Amino acid sequence: MSEKKTSAAMCEKPVDAIVTGVQSRGLWADAWRRFRKDRLATVGLVVILFLVAVAIATLIIDWATHNAIYDQYVIKQNLSMKLAGPSLEHIFGCDEYGRDILFRLIWGTRYSLFIGIVSILFALICGGVLGAVAGFYSGWIDNLIMRVMDIFLSIPSMVMAIAIVSALGTGTFNLLLSISVPQIPRLARIVRASVMSVKDREFVEAARAVGAGDALIIFKYVIPNCLAPIIVQASLNVGTAILNIAGLSFLGIGVEAPAPEWGSILNAARTYMRDAWHISIIPGLVIMLTVLSLNLVGDGLRDALDPKLKN
Amino acid sequence: MAFLEIKDLQVDYATDEGVVHALNHVDLELHQGETLGLVGETGASKTTMAKCIMRLLPQRTGRIHSGKIIYQDQDLLQASDQEMRKIRGAHIAMIFQDPMTSLNPVLTVGEQIAEAVENHRHCSKAEAMRRAEEMLELVGIPAQRVGEYPHQFSGGMKQRVVIAIALACDPKLLIADEPTTALDVTIQAQVLEMMQALKEKLNTSMLLITHDLGVVAQNCDHVAVIYAGEIVEYGTVRDVFKRMSHPYTRGLFTSIPQVNADVKRLIPIPGMMPDPTQLPAGCKFCTRCQFADDRCRREHPGLYPVEGIHTARCFRLEKGGSLT
Repeated sequence: MSEKKTSAAMCEKPVDAIVTGVQSRGLWADAWRRFRKDRLATVGLVVILFLVAVAIATLIIDWATHNAIYDQYVIKQNLSMKLAGPSLEHIFGCDEYGRDILFRLIWGTRYSLFIGIVSILFALICGGVLGAVAGFYSGWIDNLIMRVMDIFLSIPSMVMAIAIVSALGTGTFNLLLSISVPQIPRLARIVRASVMSVKDREFVEAARAVGAGDALIIFKYVIPNCLAPIIVQASLNVGTAILNIAGLSFLGIGVEAPAPEWGSILNAARTYMRDAWHISIIPGLVIMLTVLSLNLVGDGLRDALDPKLKN
Repeated sequence: MAFLEIKDLQVDYATDEGVVHALNHVDLELHQGETLGLVGETGASKTTMAKCIMRLLPQRTGRIHSGKIIYQDQDLLQASDQEMRKIRGAHIAMIFQDPMTSLNPVLTVGEQIAEAVENHRHCSKAEAMRRAEEMLELVGIPAQRVGEYPHQFSGGMKQRVVIAIALACDPKLLIADEPTTALDVTIQAQVLEMMQALKEKLNTSMLLITHDLGVVAQNCDHVAVIYAGEIVEYGTVRDVFKRMSHPYTRGLFTSIPQVNADVKRLIPIPGMMPDPTQLPAGCKFCTRCQFADDRCRREHPGLYPVEGIHTARCFRLEKGGSLT
């Protein structure tokens, strides 16, 4: 009898613990738990976080040393080391002016990563609001917004970026704007399409039937249900944005010349591709690794945010 | 006085193929605490009626031509969107046909019930959550499952959750739109039994939309048979089942298999429902009715009394005669 009691008591406790555990976990905590199970996505996230940490570290170093290290290792030309291959002293070798590529890559992280991520976030907010309004209310509002978006879409993104930068002048903020504006219609279209597919689902009607208002329905019912494609698209677009920044730098209207932007290193290396492969390969690999990590994180998030794929 | 009164309701859908006459001059009454069954075949505008009461008709195509829906001395068709939002859920709640799609897949069931509560009551999140647990227990789901997502529940359980959401704010009227169609027979019986018990406990009135006459017999006090957007027969369940007076009602009954009768084939109603964009001029049922004559094709019959409140829309009852 007593044995039974103790075993029952033992059974009860863990069950309770599990139950309260379930209750306290929200949607995001749950998504995080599922995200961690995806190895590749976790690796991608680690890489991205590492790059963000590197970028922040260089900013702090510059601030603490008044750009001493930046001037000494990143900017200063040393023509005796011109196009030097990888060695112990310069692990990734040197570029056409004898500057250490590793240092230039490390100091270049901030441009690609910050401008890439911030510009897409900005585009996502603008495009998201426009797309959600268009998709949810349809009718003339939808027509108005989407026709304007179509006009934007008809201009190649690079041409628009060049136009914006030439009109407003070079500079980080203008560069950010020129990268982000062409992405707005792309994201708006995707948000609109997902919102339209979700807003006619029965649970939205059911929410109305218990007296929910438009704002509540949009934020709690419609948007969480169409996050998946939006997140994947946004993470892919960060990659595109990083490439666009590189392209603009090549044209001389992106990040200004001595600054070690990844794309401009890559583009400068084009001339020396036959003699010094490492100058183009290594920045190329870094860009690829960054974009790949972003895509992996996007894929992982998509799976993690879908409660149906739980466990 | 009636608790909910529908007067002369006429609803159209404007589609590319023409104007669909969904509801044609419908009058209906529902009394406090009673269950009214609304029976009819697919496309008879049963759901349109429910959505009309909730004012959830599709905005682009649905059009209410005329009529009144009076609930507690207020015409719902004249109410503002703001007023309507307060009525939905708190006064009139609806249970949808398919529990698989009527729950939000990204919110836990607890959050969804709590939200229905928060829409109408100014209370903290924790209180709403407690209410959600209470409601789950009420519909027979352990309160521990409050933090689980809809996909972790079976069909019958999901319908219970939907019912819990509908009842969370103690509505006075519950509209159940084929609440058991998507469920298998065993679960169907459980859910209906539970709804009946809850209805009595909370003193809710109910409009039960179904095409299953067995469900009506077990759960309803009154029944209205609807055909092509028109009430063709109305009465207490007992009267209508005992003395079905409209040929369509009769057709419905003869097309149900009976356990104790040995018949080789069921007798279906011949033909199809008329195209709702081109309804016949006279009696809407005349194209399928074995008793139809010239007058049926020309004139539109009114509702004739059979006995007491029992009425039917057929010329054969004009002089107090019976169908046979």
